[in-house]
Amino acid sequence: MAKPKVAFYWCASCGGCEETIVDLAEDILKVVEAVDIVLWPVALDFKLKDVKAWKPGEVAVAFINGAVRLSEQEEWVKLLREKCSLVVAFGSCAHLGGIPGLANATTRDEIIANKYLRAPTVNNPEGTVPQEKSKVNGFELELPNFWKDVKALDEVIDVDYYLPGCPPPFETVATAVNAILENKLPPKGSVIAPEKALCETCPRNESKPDDLTITSFKRLATSTPDPEKCFLADGFLCMGPATRGGCGERCINGNMPCRGCFGPTPDVLDAGLKMLSAVASRGAADTEQASQDFADSLVDPLGTLYRFSLPVSMLRRRLVPTGDNQ
Amino acid sequence: MSKRITINPITRLEGHGKIEIFLDDAGDVERAFLQIPELRGFETFCLGRPAEEMARITPRICGVCPTAHHIASTKCLDDLWHVDPPPTAKKLRELVYSAFMCEDHFLHFYFLGGPDFVVGPTAPATERNILGVIAKVGLDIAGQVIAMRRKCRELIETMAGKVIHPVFGLPGGVSKGITEEQRLEFLKTAETAVEFAQFSLNLFNDVVLKNDDYVKLILDDAYAHRTNYMGLVDENNKVNFYDGHVRVVGPDGDEFARFAPRDYTDHFAEHVEPWSYVTFPYLKSKGWKGFVDGPDSGVVRAAPLARCNVADGMATPLAQAAYEKMYETLGGKPAHATLAFHWARLVEALYAAERMKELLEDPEITGTDIRTEPTRTPDEGIGIVEAPRGTLVHHYFTDDNGVLTKVNLIVATNFNAAPIAMSVEKAAKGMIKGGKVNDGLLNMVEMAFRAYDPCHACATHSLPGQMPLVARVYDSTGKTIKELRR
Ligand code: SF4
Ligand code: SF4
Repeated sequence: MAKPKVAFYWCASCGGCEETIVDLAEDILKVVEAVDIVLWPVALDFKLKDVKAWKPGEVAVAFINGAVRLSEQEEWVKLLREKCSLVVAFGSCAHLGGIPGLANATTRDEIIANKYLRAPTVNNPEGTVPQEKSKVNGFELELPNFWKDVKALDEVIDVDYYLPGCPPPFETVATAVNAILENKLPPKGSVIAPEKALCETCPRNESKPDDLTITSFKRLATSTPDPEKCFLADGFLCMGPATRGGCGERCINGNMPCRGCFGPTPDVLDAGLKMLSAVASRGAADTEQASQDFADSLVDPLGTLYRFSLPVSMLRRRLVPTGDNQ
Repeated sequence: MSKRITINPITRLEGHGKIEIFLDDAGDVERAFLQIPELRGFETFCLGRPAEEMARITPRICGVCPTAHHIASTKCLDDLWHVDPPPTAKKLRELVYSAFMCEDHFLHFYFLGGPDFVVGPTAPATERNILGVIAKVGLDIAGQVIAMRRKCRELIETMAGKVIHPVFGLPGGVSKGITEEQRLEFLKTAETAVEFAQFSLNLFNDVVLKNDDYVKLILDDAYAHRTNYMGLVDENNKVNFYDGHVRVVGPDGDEFARFAPRDYTDHFAEHVEPWSYVTFPYLKSKGWKGFVDGPDSGVVRAAPLARCNVADGMATPLAQAAYEKMYETLGGKPAHATLAFHWARLVEALYAAERMKELLEDPEITGTDIRTEPTRTPDEGIGIVEAPRGTLVHHYFTDDNGVLTKVNLIVATNFNAAPIAMSVEKAAKGMIKGGKVNDGLLNMVEMAFRAYDPCHACATHSLPGQMPLVARVYDSTGKTIKELRR
C-alpha cells in the first residue's frame, strides 16, 4: 500500500511550531517511514506549481501553522484545502489567531509609525517608511502588503481538526499523526486534546477551594506565587478554569499561571468572557468602591483574557475610527 | 541586456528573506539586495500590556530563539523596576541561558551551517543537508547531536516551564529554583556537553581545517568584510552571553566604545529603507554611510565571531584554548572572514557548556532566595543579552503602574541586516561573472548569509536544514530566460 501523503505549511508564525516537529527528534524518522511528506517549505523544495498539479484528495492531510495575514497565504491555504482530504490547524496562531492576533487591537498605521517614525533609536528625518513598490537607482523592488486583520485559519478555509497550544507539545503531535494513520479520527471540527478544563488535571487543584473568593488580583511584577497553591486561590489570574487541558500543565510546572494557549473548553464560545464571568462571580466585593477596586486590580483584561484568542473572540478587533488607513 | 536574479526562499511571512541580484549588460553583478518581508508590530500591540507579561509575550518573536527574548525581557524588567535579583536567581537564569546557547549552536553547526563544510560547499544539493552530514560522520554521531540537544532542552523545560516560550523570568528574579537532585542530573548533562563541544571542534579541525580548499574558502576575500564589531563582555572583557557591558571595536580591532546597556541610545541609531521591513542600526558617531565597510562606516557586525573579536578572550579554560587556536589560524584579531563565524560558534558552544558546568558546581545554584520583589515605581528599562545570532535589545517605557507606553526592540538580525546585505552582494560579485550562474554558485551566495545564521532564516532550522531556493534570470523585457531551482 502506498504511504499516505502529508503536507506541512506555515503562514504567519514564529517558527516555534516547526521547532516542535524538530523536537520529535528520533521519532521524526518514524514519521518519515510511515508517511510521504510532499510539502514542507522549511525543508523540501516544492513550489506552488507542484501543489497545483496534485489531484484533489490526493494528499491525506495538511498541517498548517500560523495566522493568515497576506493574500499570498490565503492563496496557498485555499489551494491546500482543495487538494488535501484533511486540514489540521496546527498551534494557537492557526487555531485562535495567537499572540500576533493581538495586533487586531491596533492598526497598521500605528504599527508603521511606532516602528519607523517614533522608535527612540530611529533616525529618519525624511519620514521614510517601507513601500510595497520602490525604486533604488532604477532597480524596482517589491514588498508584500498586509491585511488590516490577523485571521485564524478557519476564518479563511474550512478546517477539519485543531491541534492546540503555543506550541503544541510534541506528544500531542505524535497522537494526532497516529490517529490519522490508524484512521481513528474524532468527529470533524474536533480539537485534538482533552475536553476538560486545565484545572481538572492541575496538580494544584486540591488547594482550589470550592467557595473560592477573590478580593483583588495580585501582580506577578510585585508578588511571587506560592510554589504549590492554586494560583487563583493565591490571588493571581490563571486561565485554567476556561482553558482546555492537555498541555501537561507546562506553565504551572514553571510556577507561573496559565495564559490560555490551548483555547477554550468545548462548551465555551469565548474564553475571555467565560473567564471574566468566572472571575466576576468569585469577586468578594460588597460596595461599589470595592467592586471598582476589584475590577482595577485586573490590569489589561483584553491582553490577558484574550492573550491567544482575540481574532476568534466575540470582540475580534478594536474598532477603528473611520479615515484611519489600515 | 539587463538581467535580474531572484533568490526567494519559499514564502514565509515571518521568517524569510529574499535576495534580488541585478546584472549589468556584461552579465556581472551590479547590485544585490537582501529584503526582509517581515513586520509584526510587537512594538505596537504590546502597548497597554502589563510590562511583566513581556517576558511571556516576546518569545513569540522567534520560536527558534525564544529563550533569548525571554531573558532579555526579564533583564529589562529588572531595570524597569530598579531591582537587583539575588545571586541565585541570576545564576539560574544564566544556567538556562547557557544550556540554550549550547543546544542552539549545535543545532546550527550540525543541521544548518555545517552541511556546507562537512559535506562540501559544491556537493550536490541533495547531499548538502543533515542526511549528508549523517552519511559523512556516521549515524552514531547524529544520534549524539540529537541526544545532546534533547538533554539541554529538558533542562530548560524543567527549569523554565516550556522550552519553546519559557515562562520563569520575573522582575527581580525567577519563579522557581532547582533541587539538589536536579543539580546532579543537570551536571551530567553539562559534562557531556563539554565533551561533545570538544569533539565537535575536533571534527571541525579534521574535516575543515585539514582541507586546504576549505581553508582557502574561509579566507577568501569574497567572504570578508572589514567592519566594526559589537558584543557583551564581562568586567575582564571576556565574552559573556547573559550580562555585562557592550563593547565595540573598529575594523582595526581597537576599542571604539564600551558602555552599559542603559546608554545604548547614545551609541546606536537605526536607518530606514523603503525596500525592507527591517531597520538598519549603525554607530551614531560614525553615521549612516550606506551599505559599505571600512573604518568610516557605521555598520557593525554582531554574532559569534563579532563577540570573539570584541573580547580579550573566553572566561573558561578549554574555550580559551580553542579561542587562541582559532585566531592563530585566522592570522590574528579581529578576523574579518565571514565564514569563520561557524568556527567561533563552536568555540562559544564549548564556553556555554563549561559555563553550565561551573554554575552547576556552584553551591549557590540550589539556593532558595530566588527573588527580590520590586518595590520602586517603574519608568524605563533596558535589557541586553547576546542571542545566538547577536546582540539583542529590549527597551520598555511604562506608566507608574507598570503598563507599557512605548517599546523598542532591536534584534540580532537588525544589527546584522546591513552586513548580511553587504556579504551577499560581495559574494555575488565574486561568484557570478559574465552572466554565468549555476547551483553551486548560488549556494555560495547563500552561504554568505547562512554564516550569520540570520533569524529571518529560522525557516532553515529544521531537517534537513537547507533553504529551498529558486533563482530566475530575466531579460530586460521581463521574460524568464533561465530558471534554477534546488
Ligand atoms: S486555577 Fe490554575 S492553578 Fe488553580 S487549579 Fe486551575 S489551572 Fe491549577
Ligand atoms: S498552562 Fe496554559 S498557557 Fe501554559 S502551556 Fe498550558 S494551556 Fe498554554
